[in-house]
Amino acid sequence: MAHPVNRHRLRVGDGAVTRSVILTLVLATTALALIAPLAVIFAEAFARGLPTYLEALARPDTLHAVGLTLLTALVCVPLNTAFGIAAAWAVTKFSFRGRNLLLAVAELPFSISPIVAGVAYLFVYGAQGLFGPFLQAHDIKIMFAVPAIILASLFVTAPFVLRELVPLMMAQGRDEEEAAVSLGASGFDVLRLVTLPNVKFALLYGAALCNARVMGEFGAVSIVSGNIRGQTSTLPLQIELLYQDSHAVAAFAAATVLVGVALFTLVAKYLIERAERARGEIVAPRRPGH
Amino acid sequence: MPRPRFALPMLSRQPRRSVIPGFRLSLGLALLYLGLIVLLPIGALLLKAADVGFDRYIAIITSPRTLASFQVTLTTAALAALFNAIYGLALAWVLVRYEFPGKRLLDAMVDVPFALPTAVAGLALTALFAKNGWFGAPLAQWGIQVAYAPAGIVCAMAFTSIPFVVRTVQPVLEDMEPELEEAGATLGASDLTIFRRIIFPTIFPAFLAGTSLAFARSLGEFGAVVFIAGNQPFRTEIVALLTFIRLEEYDYAAAAAIAVTMLGLAFVMLLIVNAVQAWHQKFAMGDA
Repeated sequence: MAHPVNRHRLRVGDGAVTRSVILTLVLATTALALIAPLAVIFAEAFARGLPTYLEALARPDTLHAVGLTLLTALVCVPLNTAFGIAAAWAVTKFSFRGRNLLLAVAELPFSISPIVAGVAYLFVYGAQGLFGPFLQAHDIKIMFAVPAIILASLFVTAPFVLRELVPLMMAQGRDEEEAAVSLGASGFDVLRLVTLPNVKFALLYGAALCNARVMGEFGAVSIVSGNIRGQTSTLPLQIELLYQDSHAVAAFAAATVLVGVALFTLVAKYLIERAERARGEIVAPRRPGH
Repeated sequence: MPRPRFALPMLSRQPRRSVIPGFRLSLGLALLYLGLIVLLPIGALLLKAADVGFDRYIAIITSPRTLASFQVTLTTAALAALFNAIYGLALAWVLVRYEFPGKRLLDAMVDVPFALPTAVAGLALTALFAKNGWFGAPLAQWGIQVAYAPAGIVCAMAFTSIPFVVRTVQPVLEDMEPELEEAGATLGASDLTIFRRIIFPTIFPAFLAGTSLAFARSLGEFGAVVFIAGNQPFRTEIVALLTFIRLEEYDYAAAAAIAVTMLGLAFVMLLIVNAVQAWHQKFAMGDA
């Protein structure tokens, strides 16, 4: 059966039967595992027509949850972006002992269950926590209130921007920054005019991922928020409340908002990768992340 | 007999003084932030767990309900990882080796589970597998129940960790040289033999790393699982949920003990994944 090697010979798995069997199985599984869950959200949300959907979306408690979710994202995304830039600058533009340790600590939130994160925050700011007595004595409310939601969200999304920036800034090196400094630029000018423009796509992508995760965080927030209806329920918590109360259409309608955020993030990723390729920018290998 | 070594200035690991300013400021901000946001809560959890005391910790962890929840979580996470090992490998293969309409869309779809909030995933899967749902109704005729059963937990965990195997295997498969396969083919090996003897060993470290990541993620998954699991003690109660229930019962010692055990488990998985990835890197370098 062995023939002389032809430049265009078929590779392993290219036989017509093998190819169609594998392709069919994968596409069928994808339809069931990835497409059906997205489709069922919309099917259930619009099950009783557009007017019912809009009415369900405009419930005051759902609108409040949307507002709280937006507020959380508005605080968390800039803070974690600033942290990502500062940490990436320190780690990639300088050599010092413990660089890898710093990166490992920064990646910890990815490995820790959101539930563990929520419990950990409770033991810092809760009544039985490290700062509990002090906070109570001074009448400062962090736990079961908006500050705790923001803190827990900061924890789970801390590594997003950093992990997009580090491999890219490593690959780009320090030459451009050193040249700018030797020409007399100040540190902030170098950051603003040299470094950030070089990594703008990775920065945008990290921020988009961070945003999606902040808006969708459930486990950690459900512990620290107390899930007080109409006060401290973010959109994912609101979906659970509605579902438990058998307001199915309202739950699915609220879910469509978060599906929209997810799809927006994926479209942003696609556009950013295309722009990166078009610019011929040094593209760092993407690692699988959350 | 030492041979002269040529220094490679670009790759030098020697710390040198950088002319770039901002070292203290950027490092200081990063450390302050990590300390406040990441290390402080982890430290508080460890302190609280230390307060519990050894004997009480053992009593909490070995109580039948806790042990049952660990058993449920480990079994379902292993099954979810098994599903993703097979589906993820096949999906990566299709994305690298075949051309077909909609390939780019399929590639983008792989990231849906990371972008979609876990609560939304849980809601969707529950709707699909409910008694009158798209999947639940036909399955009920066969007498198979997925929602509110351990199988539902497997589905939720499998969905949320789909991208790991695909995204670790895909780049390695892309980098494979066709010459190795051709050599095998000229020697008369069948497709299956070439896959088993040449391709699979090459992608194995990446495949193992991806599967471990998927397993680790499933161990900690909460949002998607609580919707579909039914949450019956001893049957469909995962560790994360038991922690949550202990908190609601104001049993902070038990919550701390279980949470710190999950933290320990996460660290063990982190070490395993890092070891596998280090091996994977060595493998990739040695091959080149």
